[in-house]
Parts: sequence; C-alpha cells; structure tokens
Amino acid sequence: MPHDVSNTSAKATTPGGLNVAVLVSIGRHPLTARTRRADQDARAVEMALTLQSASVSLLHAGQQDSENEEAIRGYLGMGIDSVNLIEQKPQADVIPALAKALRASAAQLVLTGTRAETGEASGITPYLLAEALGWPIITGLAAVEKIEQGTAVVLQALPRGKRRRLRIRLPAIATVDSSAPPARQSAFGPAKRGELAIHLEPSAIDEALGAWHIQPARKRPKRLKIVKASSARDRFKAAAAKADGGGGQTLTDVTPEQGAEAIFKLLKEEGVLR
Amino acid sequence: MSELVRRDPRKAWIARNRLHPQHLEVLAELGGGAVASEWMGPNGVMRRNPHAVGFIGPNGIRRIDRSGAQQAAQAPGRSVEAKDARRHVAIDAPAFMVAVVPDMAGGRLSSHDRDLLGLARQLADADPAQPGAVVAIVFGEHKETAFGEAGIDRLIHLEGERFSGYLPELSVATLQGVDREMAPRYWLLPDSSVGGELGRRLAARLGERPAAQVWQVEADAESATGWRCTARGAAGRNDITRSLPRIVLALAECADPISETRHAAEPINLSHGLPDVLGRIEDMGEVAVDPASVSLAEAEFILSAGNGVKDWDSYHHAAEVLGATKGASRVAVDDGFMPRDRQVGATGTWVSARVYVAVGISGAIQHLQGIQSCDKVVAVNLDEGCDMVKRADLAVIGDASAVLAALVKRVEQYRAEQQENRDAA
Repeated sequence: MPHDVSNTSAKATTPGGLNVAVLVSIGRHPLTARTRRADQDARAVEMALTLQSASVSLLHAGQQDSENEEAIRGYLGMGIDSVNLIEQKPQADVIPALAKALRASAAQLVLTGTRAETGEASGITPYLLAEALGWPIITGLAAVEKIEQGTAVVLQALPRGKRRRLRIRLPAIATVDSSAPPARQSAFGPAKRGELAIHLEPSAIDEALGAWHIQPARKRPKRLKIVKASSARDRFKAAAAKADGGGGQTLTDVTPEQGAEAIFKLLKEEGVLR
Repeated sequence: MSELVRRDPRKAWIARNRLHPQHLEVLAELGGGAVASEWMGPNGVMRRNPHAVGFIGPNGIRRIDRSGAQQAAQAPGRSVEAKDARRHVAIDAPAFMVAVVPDMAGGRLSSHDRDLLGLARQLADADPAQPGAVVAIVFGEHKETAFGEAGIDRLIHLEGERFSGYLPELSVATLQGVDREMAPRYWLLPDSSVGGELGRRLAARLGERPAAQVWQVEADAESATGWRCTARGAAGRNDITRSLPRIVLALAECADPISETRHAAEPINLSHGLPDVLGRIEDMGEVAVDPASVSLAEAEFILSAGNGVKDWDSYHHAAEVLGATKGASRVAVDDGFMPRDRQVGATGTWVSARVYVAVGISGAIQHLQGIQSCDKVVAVNLDEGCDMVKRADLAVIGDASAVLAALVKRVEQYRAEQQENRDAA
C-alpha cells in the first residue's frame, strides 16, 4: 500500500517497530487567517516523531490546491519525507475515505488533533473513525509510556494539569490536545523537498452542510446579573450591597488546632488531599 | 400570604382621633400593648422609653412620627425565615424525555451543568399542554443534594464499584441502553473535556450527527425539529446556524439556570440490566504530578501566601505536605518572598482552583478578582473584618503560622493513619 511507502521516512526505523499514522488537516491562523499546519495536528506529528522506533506516516484527506499544499508542506518541514493525500471534493465527507485508507494501512496507532481549525470543527471525526474501524479511542494523549504485546500504556492529560495512566489495546486512535508538548519548527528546505503522494478517491458529498447557514462568529451576549426581588427594598439592597460570600463560616477565638481541624475537614470533603 | 400587612382602617382612624372614646384602648392595641412609652417617674419627672415609640414602616425600618399623628401601628409579627416561594412542578406523564448527562465535576452540578439543565427545561417546557421531562444520568458517587432545584424531573443514578474511574466504553454502552429504553427526544451534554468526549462517543455510537459548541437555541417554526441552534465552528471563528439535532453539546451559558421552580428529581432505575462491555481501555489510576509543576491558572488546590506570613520556610513546608500549588499576593511577590509567576490576582494570574487557601491575605480587590472563579475559599487571617474573610467560605481568625503548623500536623497524622490502614489491609 502507498502508506507503507512513506513509513521508511522520518527516522531510522526498526523492522518490528510501531506503525503510527497521523491524520493531519489544514489549519488557519487565528489572527491573520492564513492557512498553516493545524496546531494540534502538528503536536500529534511531534508526538509520533518522538516515539521510540516508530515509523510515521501522514495522511490528509481533502481538497487539493496551492494554498492547502503550502499548509501540508508545513508538516513535511518537520522532518517527514512524504504525505499521503487523498483528494476529495470541497464539500465531501472524508470519513469513508479515511476509514478505507486506515483499514488498508497497517497502522497500529492513529494520532490526530482534537478538533480542526476550519469547517464544522465539531471534533467528531476521530470518534466516527473509531466507530467505523471498531477501534478504541482515547482523548488528550500526553505521552506514550510503553508498547508491548499489542497494548500501549499511555498517559492521558486531564484538566488542571493532572495525568491518568491508561492501558489500551492496539490498534487504537488517540487524539492530542494543546496539553501535549509543542510541535517543532517547520524547516523550509525539507518542506519544499518533501513529496505529496496523491491518491484519488470518490468523494461522498455531505448533503446536510448545504442546509446550514454559516457566518462570521458574533460576539456572545454577556450574561446579565438578574436580581429577582419582590420589593423595592430588596432590589435596592441587591444593588447597593457589597458582595459578600454569603453563608461563609467564620471561626473566631479558636485555638490553632481547632481552626486547622476545620480546614482539614473542608479539604478532605473537597477531596484535594491525596 | 403572611407577607401582606393587614390593616384595620377603622382602628387606624380611631388611633388618629384623640377625641374618640376608644382612642386609648386602640392605641395600646396597635402599639403592641404592654410596653408603655411614657410615664410619670417617682419624682414627678416624665420618663420616656424611646424604644417603645414609633412603628415599623412598610419597608421594615422603625419610624418615629413626632407630630403625634402616628399613622401605622407596629407591623404584625412577620415570619422571619424567608419562605421558599419557588413553584413545585411535578410531571407525571411526560410527553417526551430530554436526557442530560451532567459533568458532576467534584461530585456536584457545575454552573455549566446548571446552564445545560436550563436549556433542557426550555426544550421540555416549550409546549405547556404536553410537557416533557428532564432526565439526568449521573455516573458514580456524588455530593449533590439539590437536583430538583436545578430542574431535574427524573434521575438515573448509576453507582457502585463498576462506575468508579474512567470507563468511557461502559458509560457509552449504558447511555445507549438508556436511549433504547426511553428514546429521549434530545440528548444534551456539556461541551467540556468530560461531557464533550462522552457526547461525541455517544453520537458516533448512535449514528447521529451532533451539534458541538452550541451557545444559543431558539424556537424556529421553519426548522424540522421546531428549534434552531447556533454553534461555533472553525475554532470559534464562525457561527453555524442549523436546525437542532438530537444530540447537542452545549457551551457554558447556553441558557439561564433554573431558579423559579423546583422539580421532583424522582429516582428511577433502568429496567434492563447494565450492559457487559469488553473493556479495551483500562484505567490504571491517576498519576501523581508534582503540584509545583502545575501552572497556577489550572491548579486545583492553591495555598496562597500574603503579607501575614512571616515564617516562609514553614509555609513552603506546608504547601509540600498538603500537596498544594503555591500562590502569592502582590505584596509577597514585591517583597521578594515569592517569584512573579506565582502572583494571583488581576495583575498576575487569574486562577480557577477548586479550593483556594489564602493565608495572611487581606483581600485587595485585585486579588479577589483573580480568585473569582474559585469554588471554595478558605481564609486564615488575624483581621476579622478584612475582605478576604467576607469572601471566604471558611475563615479562621488566628495567627497564620500557628494555624499552618497545626494543619501540617493534622495532615501528617491523617497520612500516617492512612498508611497504617494500608499496611493492615
């Protein structure tokens, strides 16, 4: 398969190494709106490149034009020889094409960003792929600890800087969010030299998209503080009152031990003591 | 009803008319009876009790009318405790169901969950003739007591050994079972890290196309479902307006939380048993991370120090023992006791900790702004009247270093007990 061709890239790979496919998309700079490599996808590529003895192949499904090619070349500049491009029409649903390509490839681990930077960007693509392929999926991959006997032990990033250790059965899909290590810079020369391997696939047109109305984002209205008071006096009090905790407990004239006990009880109730 | 002041106009008229034969009796009756406001002292001097004169005005303030034309009498004994005026709503035979899977961050309904429940109520109560019921599905243990007040009619609580930890596959299979059994008209999930993941898994499993990042839902006669939603797309740069699909992943503040009604929150059980799933994802537990390496903005538990801390070594020791991320007020940073990146407040970092312990911080307004989104605030301070104590959920008035030392001792004792239990087991 064409995907295996590019597996010889990126690193000196061992024959028995892990096959990692990274799904990449076209990004858009938040300020200048220029196309670029998508940030989370670039982090996924970075994570794949740092895996020990892994052969990395990149896969992109979408429209092909000069602007998009520039963005795709951004990934090539990270030290990758070629990207597999599945050409699709602009309004196409890329899930069938991607699922077909992944099934045909020998990928054991598929990495991708959590959410695209263009289009609907609902972030459901990896889940649909996982459902189509019947593979498990995990979110917020922070690190791959080890891979043995068809399972991978990985760290999942949780909010508040926490990590959770998971063991997943391969093949699997993992999404990477912005808590993963940042991507390396894209170098100009390798980006120009890199090869785009184009495959033609029939496009499944996304019908529902036509019925939607898409416009530049409006600013969300700020929520007003609504005072529900029955009398003028309550309304005045609400308007004039200084914000206070409301029902806060104050311990005065206690020994440090009693105070510490109260704090300890609260910390334990909240479950922050480990 | 007891809030209304009942007046007897005839008695008020008698009270105004000093020549009326019943004037004195009525005055005494309206004035609350027993307490005399004026009497002749033993030496022939008129004595007055200023507390007995006057009346309570309509807005609860005592008024003394010195002209003598006292109009109102003492207000009849008002009920002191505020009565719960919220309407009780029970939906016995719902026309349809709206399912909500709240995040339950920290075991309680978060504000995001409450907004989502407000949206669920909008969808359920749109047609008063055929009201729907909001059913909430809660996984694992929780500490929430006010499900009904958040607008939940039915509650499916899945607890026990099987539902502890990270079990996305079992959760999705369970939700699929709920879907088969109740066929809710809508599934609403918060588009947060937990709910967003579960919602996308569910959408992929049910084969529905969800609307993600929804921030507005409006009635729309032209759309197929009678509702249209506005969702953010393209990394927040576009708004996508479409008819409301069956699965909705909504952002915070998508609707107003429920405040005027109370609902039944009636617990129900699934008639079919829980599904057996082949777990391909095994949870091996959370990994301990160094709290010092966690950025202040996303730390869960912060021990923050201010001008009141004199013994910095014991403060650092306490933070290590508690496993808390260190924070500081501006004064502590300016004085060189803490690095600048640890400063909390408007000029430093806006923190979102679940528990924020402020030691020796009086609470300048800039600092209080920085801790706006903290859940529980604990203050240790010498000054009882400072703003931090007013903001705090628990305030301990005392010397910072003494309380910290006692707290460290208590936590070390707790750790030792835990260790013993583990050894015994």
